[in-house]
Amino acid sequence: MTRYIRHAAAFCVLLLAALLVNAARVQVVQAPSYQSNPANRRHDIARYHQPRGDILVGGEPVTGSRNTGEHLRWERTYHDGPMYAPVTGFASQAYGTTLLEDSEDGVLSGTDPVLLPLALWNGFTRARNAGGDVVTTVDRAAQRAAYRGLGARKGAVAAIEPATGRILALVSTPSYDPGLLSGNGAGAARSWRRLNRDADQPMLNRAVRQTYPPGSTFKVVTAAAALDAGVIGDVDAPTRSPAPYRLPGASTRLSNESKGCQDASLRVAFERSCNTVFAKLGVDVGVTGMAATAAGFGFNDGGLRIPFAVSPSTFDTSVDRAQLALSSIGQYNTRATPLQMAMVAAAVANGGQLRPPYLVERTTRPGGGMVAAAGSRPGRRAMQPSTAARLRELMTDVVRRGTGANAAIPGATVGGKTGTAQHGLGNSGTPYAWFVAWAQADRDLEPKVAVAVVVEDASAHRGDITGGGVAAPIAKAVMEAVLAP
Amino acid sequence: MTKAGTGISVAAADPPASTVRLPRRRGMELALIVVAVLLSVFGYCDVGLAGAGGVPPGAAGYGAGLGVLALVAHVAVRLRAPYADPLLLPIAVLLNGLGLVLIYRLDLETPGDRAAPAQLVWSTLGVALFIVVVLLLRDHRLLQRYTYVSVVAALALLTLPILFPAVNGARIWLRIAGFSIQPGEFAKVLLAVFFAAYLAANRSALAYAGRRVWGLRLPTGRVLGPVVAVWLVSVGVLVLERDLGTSLLFFGLFVVLLYIATGRTGWIAVGLLLAVLGAVAVGRLEPHVHSRAEDWLHPFASIEAGQGPSQVAQSLFAFAEGGVLGTGLGLGHSVLIGFAAKSDFILATAGEELGLAGLSAIFLLYALLVERGYRAGLALRDPFGRLLAVGLASLVALQVFVIAGGVTGLIPLTGMAMPFLAQGGSSVVTNWAIVALLIRVSDSARGQYDGRVAP
Repeated sequence: MTRYIRHAAAFCVLLLAALLVNAARVQVVQAPSYQSNPANRRHDIARYHQPRGDILVGGEPVTGSRNTGEHLRWERTYHDGPMYAPVTGFASQAYGTTLLEDSEDGVLSGTDPVLLPLALWNGFTRARNAGGDVVTTVDRAAQRAAYRGLGARKGAVAAIEPATGRILALVSTPSYDPGLLSGNGAGAARSWRRLNRDADQPMLNRAVRQTYPPGSTFKVVTAAAALDAGVIGDVDAPTRSPAPYRLPGASTRLSNESKGCQDASLRVAFERSCNTVFAKLGVDVGVTGMAATAAGFGFNDGGLRIPFAVSPSTFDTSVDRAQLALSSIGQYNTRATPLQMAMVAAAVANGGQLRPPYLVERTTRPGGGMVAAAGSRPGRRAMQPSTAARLRELMTDVVRRGTGANAAIPGATVGGKTGTAQHGLGNSGTPYAWFVAWAQADRDLEPKVAVAVVVEDASAHRGDITGGGVAAPIAKAVMEAVLAP
Repeated sequence: MTKAGTGISVAAADPPASTVRLPRRRGMELALIVVAVLLSVFGYCDVGLAGAGGVPPGAAGYGAGLGVLALVAHVAVRLRAPYADPLLLPIAVLLNGLGLVLIYRLDLETPGDRAAPAQLVWSTLGVALFIVVVLLLRDHRLLQRYTYVSVVAALALLTLPILFPAVNGARIWLRIAGFSIQPGEFAKVLLAVFFAAYLAANRSALAYAGRRVWGLRLPTGRVLGPVVAVWLVSVGVLVLERDLGTSLLFFGLFVVLLYIATGRTGWIAVGLLLAVLGAVAVGRLEPHVHSRAEDWLHPFASIEAGQGPSQVAQSLFAFAEGGVLGTGLGLGHSVLIGFAAKSDFILATAGEELGLAGLSAIFLLYALLVERGYRAGLALRDPFGRLLAVGLASLVALQVFVIAGGVTGLIPLTGMAMPFLAQGGSSVVTNWAIVALLIRVSDSARGQYDGRVAP
């Protein structure tokens, strides 16, 4: 019997070995694939086990975290959610993250390796770093001014500091409260469905993710191209431009809203926003020159990130001369985001140098120690400094005695350009009202703010929808907020 | 296990050695019990520190309770089984203490359903039964008298739950006055006693009759009768009570003991054949069993079907999260397994929070317990005692393998309690009874060489 007991014991040893080998297989060999299985909730539990880092505007957090006591413990909260939604985006347990919440997720959630002072030690103890903070470039007052200025209207505002590219305001209306989407319950699902069904698209970030026909505001680019290319030598010399202007190779005749455009000088044509003059200037510069200048301002650049992606603004380069004429006055296939038009104004204000816009000043550890400073990136020349100086003059004239008078600020030099962009089939849609501007307080050495405003309000009367009437006061409010000491 | 043989054969071949008083090793047992209790209390404090951020208020009470139970059991062993194996009791105390820690730890996640206090009460009952067995059962051979009483009682206990409503799909519970009892657990010990006694009495008839077929010596039809009967009971338990694990356990135990009693490989062949036949037939007929097999082969099928992870998948996730060193007590999320996290799936908590290191340690503790049982079996001289010791040890080994293999995806999952660790009163009480019997046979095994005449 002893022999058979030993056989049975050997069988038990075999069972033990099978258990141990299998345990090693599950816990060591297969572990990575099990851990990354999307149905494994441990990742989410760990992610929401601690409060998320905050997004700071003007030194104050605009985000917070709420302990729900549930399995996914911490939920995102927002102060002034709708106002800052185009900056923060949302961080939802059910629907993922967007905008800054998405592009800075590593720091905010504490997973970014730069937050780990001792990576190996943390791997051993399985400790998770507390979330770091993201300090934005946004100016609280400018953001509020833009948000209040737009009010109930549909539109967007983007404001930049020309010398650095810091984004001072980024507003899109109608907006939404991202806090409604934070959780994973029925309430969040309801809000998600409602916001996605809403015809006004409140979750669309119009400032960076929507392109509009820029209309007359694009004439700043066309003027820069003409000056840089030498098509215009003297801004006060009359141009040889007929009014109305028959588009080259086509029977369509282009006319103007205002009078006195025939053979008008660049200064007068800019002030009165003469379509005929700028259409012909664009044709005279040629598609290569126009495209080069537009690209210098940032058009046709699909790679811009602030740090989240910005929809590329477009200037069509495969056009005939009639289409080029229309493209040069901001129509046809020319489309721009509000941020792009703010960049145009900023380049003019900054002496022709375009600083790429950015939204994150720096990221910090929970205690405040710096992790990374995004900072200003090297600029590029969008136009010659002399061209920028002359455009500044032209834009100042628009505010001083032209269509942009509503943007004038006492004690500051303001340059601007209005735009009213037709759109829709046969231009039947309510026009978009544009205003791009920059402002320099008299005590400052350089312009402190460049801004672009677009209002696409379907409810207003057609006559009221002009850049000077609707958009300029909003731009003024934003610029005043930035310039205020 | 081979070493055990040599040590004992020296003692057996050397009669003068029996006049030397054998060391009883009660002091070692006491020291190990202290270590086991301290380890459990440490685990209990660790859970509190990780979860609530402080030593749990009941830590002293818990430690005192476990310590007193262990000490009383130790005194009983010291009085009535002085030659008993000194490892058995400390291992049982450690496993039971660890089980209480794990259940207490899972209770923190389910505030509405606390299981640790009841488990402590059941553990007390278990230790009480242990003491009763050690004090009253002076010799294991007395049990031989009750061979047929055992089997009748076992069958009665097994069939009783059929009269009661099913709980969670299985008819294995008795609900009396708010208590849930699993009679099948007690039946295990009774069946082990019956098997050992029946085989000890009939092993010659089983071993030396039969004819050769294809080089295998098959048993005759007359002795095949009881085997078929036991097989039918196992399948009956499976079909009527939907308890795959228990039927597998009974059948496996019977085949192992049959082999040890007769040394006939033919029995293993017959056993395997019957097991395969039964498994295939039941797998075809019973959707419950069929789905278990599907879960085993494709643990993530329910995820791909969009229905969320199955319990087996959640269990695998828990083990995977543990890695080598574990997340630390109180810091895992094995509660995601949901239903039966404290009972059938308790090992997943150990795997996640103690890691492969802790899990291996637990497996080795069971292995040590089984090995001590086998060692006692090898040292004994009477066939009944040998079969009883080996049978009880095999019971633990098979049960650990079936449930641990099930939750780690090695074999299809069968609902069974991890001995000592899992929540479940009947199981804890039964396991204490098993340890008590092992203490008794190991005492006889070592005591017989101490110049004493075994009573």
